[in-house]
Amino acid sequence: MKFQTNRWMLPIWFSIFAVFMGATVAILTTTGCKKKAADPMPASGAVAGWEKTADTRVFDAKNLYQYIDGDAEQYISAGVVTTSTADYKYKGQLEATADVYTMGDAAGARKILETGQTKDAKAVQLGDAGVAYAQSVIFRKGPYLVRIVAFDSTPETPQALLALAHGIEAKL
Amino acid sequence: MNSRREFIKTTATGALILGSQTSLGLAAILDQKAQHAEAAKSKVVVARDPALHGPAGQLDDKRVIDLLDRAIAAYTGRDHPVEAWKRIVPIGKVIGLKTNGLGGKGISTHLALVLAIAERLQQAGVKPGEILVWDRNARDLEACGLTINTDPSRIRCFGSDVSGFEDQPISWGSASVKFSKILTRECDMVIGLPILKDHNLSGVTFSMKNMYGVVQRPFELHAGGCNPGVADLNRIPVVRDKVRFTIGDAMSSVYEGGPGFHPEHLWQPNALIVGEDRVAVDHTAWQIIERKRAEVGVPTLEAAGRPPLYIATAADAEHNLGFNDPKRINLMEV
Repeated sequence: MKFQTNRWMLPIWFSIFAVFMGATVAILTTTGCKKKAADPMPASGAVAGWEKTADTRVFDAKNLYQYIDGDAEQYISAGVVTTSTADYKYKGQLEATADVYTMGDAAGARKILETGQTKDAKAVQLGDAGVAYAQSVIFRKGPYLVRIVAFDSTPETPQALLALAHGIEAKL
Repeated sequence: MNSRREFIKTTATGALILGSQTSLGLAAILDQKAQHAEAAKSKVVVARDPALHGPAGQLDDKRVIDLLDRAIAAYTGRDHPVEAWKRIVPIGKVIGLKTNGLGGKGISTHLALVLAIAERLQQAGVKPGEILVWDRNARDLEACGLTINTDPSRIRCFGSDVSGFEDQPISWGSASVKFSKILTRECDMVIGLPILKDHNLSGVTFSMKNMYGVVQRPFELHAGGCNPGVADLNRIPVVRDKVRFTIGDAMSSVYEGGPGFHPEHLWQPNALIVGEDRVAVDHTAWQIIERKRAEVGVPTLEAAGRPPLYIATAADAEHNLGFNDPKRINLMEV
């Protein structure tokens, strides 16, 4: 039997196809079946001297309190979407934690960066803007706000943190 | 003494077995003379050791034990640590040590303090399996340098992620919370071991705010600068009655940027703040933060828009948790 389609049926088929495609896209974007965001954290050895000591953990806005509790509010009010965090060790000694906050837009990242800076802050060439302290580096790049904190202050700490920061910046 | 408030008012000497008025049924050992002399005041001890941290910033564990002994001796009026601790904890009951590791490795309750307390508890007669070090979860405990252990023959150490939370919420005022089963089912008495921090919502986090780590959804208590959330939570009987002593870690602190670790705002008060009256302890801690902020030229917490209003709320007639009036705090600095 020969399958025949009347010309007047074509718009209907097109409409059905369009609805099907639209529904497919909607399902994929609302059920988590989307491309997984790339991990912004450099792997061990990707930045000289730095070893990644734990898997990257990711928090969305509604469960950010599990990570930073009371600190979460300022990020939520600035439009945080997700937060990635990972622990590192430099030359087997210096421990540090890196946080990458993905904000809704660059303004959110700027708001966080500009909050709480002290006179000790030194401007650094990282992303769109950044500052460094003896034991921490904070910078923003587009919608990303990156904060790296070391748990010891050694002569090597500032340069080591900057190197890790550049490693993260390159992945954003 | 016909009410809990009267009981609190007469603990000025600190020389009592905590829980003597509770179902633990321990005999009260109050120094009646001192009781009358210091009536209607709460005792808070601030013990300091300027040499607590070495030149490279490392904590001297031996000095931590000495500092703890000095604080407890001053609080109880007993010089011998074992005798002093026997006046603080009931024997044969499970003693919880609620740490605070939320801020991560840089600003969490110090391991040396936890170990020193655990050692003294055992010397006082508390069995290892009757000591339970706990916090929100394994990560917070590990931030303090602790190792998870659920073996009941040794000092236990695990978080609410292991115990789980009660199914039914308990409410008081604005707080409707599900408690960690560690608080409700495991511990007979809890000693709070908070670490002193600035807090970007509540102004200060110390003794009372540390209780946010014993409920399932603490962020639901953040409204209004955690006021009245902190006071309401501490007013719930299971918190008020079980968490009866604070050995506050003010050896390191952040005066700004808390509760997370901001090394640029880190400083070392080199102190322990000890007391039963959680309101008086928090008021004392607040003043220490304010003095540091003034010293470095940072605005007061009120000017910063986050005065710790919950402290006054906890002291009001409705909550009745202690004193925030300096005239009613017997502050001992040793």
